[in-house]
Amino acid sequence: MLNIENLHVAYGGIQALRGISLQVPDGKIVTLIGANGAGKSTTLRTITGLVKAQSGSIQWNGEELLGKSIDRIISSGIAMSPEGRRVFPDMSVLENLKIGAYLRRDKGEIEKDIQWVYQLFPRLEERSWQMAGTLSGGEQQMLAVGRALMSRPKLMMLDEPSLGLAPLVVQDIFSIITEINKQGVTILLIEQNANMALKIADLAYVLETGNITLSGTGAELLANEKVKEAYLGKHKS
Amino acid sequence: MIQQKSKKGAVAALIACTALLAVIVLLENVSVFLPASSVPNLLKPTSQLFAVLKKGAVYSLAAVSMNLLNGFTGLFSLGQAGFMLLGAYTYAILSVPVADREAVYYLYGGSAVNFSFQDMFGSIFGTQGVGGAVSMGLGVVVAMILAGCVAAVFAYLIGLPVLRLKSDYLAIATLGFAEIIKAVFQWQALGPVTNGANMIKSFPTFSSFNITDASGTVILRLSTFFPFLVSMICIAMICLLINSTYGRAFKAIREDETAAEAMGINLAKHKMLSFCTSAFFAGVSGAMFAMFVTNAHAKVYTTTMTYEILLIVVIGGIGSISGSVMATFLYVACSEWWLRFLDSEVVLSNGMKLPFLRAGFRMVVFSVVIMIVVLFFRRGIMGDKELPDLFKKRIRKEGAK
Repeated sequence: MLNIENLHVAYGGIQALRGISLQVPDGKIVTLIGANGAGKSTTLRTITGLVKAQSGSIQWNGEELLGKSIDRIISSGIAMSPEGRRVFPDMSVLENLKIGAYLRRDKGEIEKDIQWVYQLFPRLEERSWQMAGTLSGGEQQMLAVGRALMSRPKLMMLDEPSLGLAPLVVQDIFSIITEINKQGVTILLIEQNANMALKIADLAYVLETGNITLSGTGAELLANEKVKEAYLGKHKS
Repeated sequence: MIQQKSKKGAVAALIACTALLAVIVLLENVSVFLPASSVPNLLKPTSQLFAVLKKGAVYSLAAVSMNLLNGFTGLFSLGQAGFMLLGAYTYAILSVPVADREAVYYLYGGSAVNFSFQDMFGSIFGTQGVGGAVSMGLGVVVAMILAGCVAAVFAYLIGLPVLRLKSDYLAIATLGFAEIIKAVFQWQALGPVTNGANMIKSFPTFSSFNITDASGTVILRLSTFFPFLVSMICIAMICLLINSTYGRAFKAIREDETAAEAMGINLAKHKMLSFCTSAFFAGVSGAMFAMFVTNAHAKVYTTTMTYEILLIVVIGGIGSISGSVMATFLYVACSEWWLRFLDSEVVLSNGMKLPFLRAGFRMVVFSVVIMIVVLFFRRGIMGDKELPDLFKKRIRKEGAK
C-alpha cells in the first residue's frame, strides 16, 4: 500500500504539486489522469526519488520513502517505466532487461524472470539480440514495461504507456497491463488516454495544476460529466 | 547456454593471445638464433617493426582505457596525457636505482626520494643471475601498479568536482587538468622529486627484459614481448569489466542518464568508477611509455598526445575495444614507418628532384588520410562491434543460406 499525504513539489519557483494526497491499495490498478503540466509525471518521479519533495510524506507499506536514495526505493519493490519509453537504444533487448535487474544479485531468479517477461511479450524473445533502438514504438514500450518488471516490483508505475502508439497496439499494451496486475503486481498508471485508463482502473484520480480535483472508481469517473467533458471529448448534447 | 558461449569465447581469446605472444617472441628472436648475415633487415633488433610493435602495445592500452571512458561510459574526457604523465613519473621516481640518483638529479644535488623498488627487491633476491632478473621484474611490475594507483587517486580527487560537468565542459576541465599537471611537474621547486624540466632516466626499460649471458650477449629477446604481455593483461581486465554488470551500467549511463538512474544505477558512483579505472590503466600505459622512450619527461605529455589517442579511438570505432587496438597499430605503423618514405628526397637520374617529397610531407599526407577517414568512415573501422561479432555474423549468414 502506497500512501501519499499532502505532497508539495516545486521546480525552482514553479509549484508543480500543491499538496496532493492519494492511496494506491495493494493488488489494484490506480490511474492518474490529467492534462499536460498537471503534475502527473512529477508525482511518479517524486515517488522514485528522481525529484526531491518540499514537504509531505510518501509511505510505502508503512515506510517513509522521502529522503531515501533511488536504489533503496527501487529495491524496496517499486519500479518505473518512464515517459517516452527511454529504452537504451544501442544495447540489445536482453541487455536492456538485465539492466532492469541491476540491483538484484540472485542470478537464477533473474534468468527465470527474463523467461517470464518473454512469456508476457513473445515479441521480445524473438528480438532478444536486436538493438533496442531498432524496435518499433510498440515493441519499445513492451521492452520498457518488461525492463521495469525485471526488478520484480510489488508496485509498477507506468508513465503514459500509450504515448505515440497506434490504437491496436495500445489495446495490446493495456491487456498485458491487466494481465500483469492479475499476477499480483500493483499498478499505478498515468495516462492522457483517459478512456482506456479509466476502463481498466479500480481507482482513479484527476489531477489539475497540482491539485487532485476528483477521485473515485474508474467506472464512476467514466460516468462523471466533468471528466467526460474535459478528458473524453464528449460534449453535452 | 549463454554462459557456455562466453566460456568458449574466452578460451578462444586466450588461445589467440597466447599464439600472438608466441609469434612476437619468435619474430624478435630470429636475429638471436640465426647468424647475423642471414637475418633480413626487417627482423634486426633495430628494425622499425619492433619500435612500431612496442609503441603500438603501449598506445593500445592508452587508447582502450580512453575508450572505456569516452566510448563505453559516454564521458568525454581529454585528460589522458595527464594521467599518463602521472604514471610515467611515478614509475620513474620509484625505479631509478639509488646509486644512479646523484647523476640523474645532478642539478638538485641528488633526489629527495632515496628509495627504489629495484634496490628493495635487489636486497632480497640479489642483483645477479636469476635473483637479479626476479628483482628487476618484480620492481618494474610493482612500480607500474603503483603508477596506475597514483593516476587513479588523482582521478578520484579531480573527479569529485569535475564529474558533475557534462560533455564539452568535462572535456575542457580534464584538458585543463592535464596541462596543469604538466606545468607542475616541470616546476623548479619540485626539482628534487621530479627533476624539474629535465628528464628522469636510468630506470629499467623494455630492453632490460632481454636475457643476456655473463658476457653481455643477448640469448633471448623479450623487449617486445613484455609490453605486449602487460597490455594484453590490462586490456583483458578492461574487457572483463565491460562485460560485467558494471559494464552494462556504464553503457546504460552512456545511452540515457535519466533512465539509468530510474533503474537504480548510482550515477556518481559509476562515473567515478569508470573515471578512476580509466586513469589507472592510462597510468600503467604512461609507465610503459616512459620505458619505451627510456626517460620520463613532462614536456612530452602534451595535448597533442591526448588528441593522438582520441584520434585512434575515433578511427577504431567509439565503443569497440578490438577496433581501438587495431587502429593503434595501424596509426603507429603509418606515422612511424610506412609513410616515412615521404620524408626523404628522391633524386631522379637526370638530377631532378621529385616534387613534394621532403621532410614534413609525411604529416601532410597523414592529415589528408585522417580527414578522409573522418569524412567517409565516421563510425571508424569497427563501429561499436568487436572482432568476434564479425565471425558470428558470417556464421549466421551462412546458416541462413
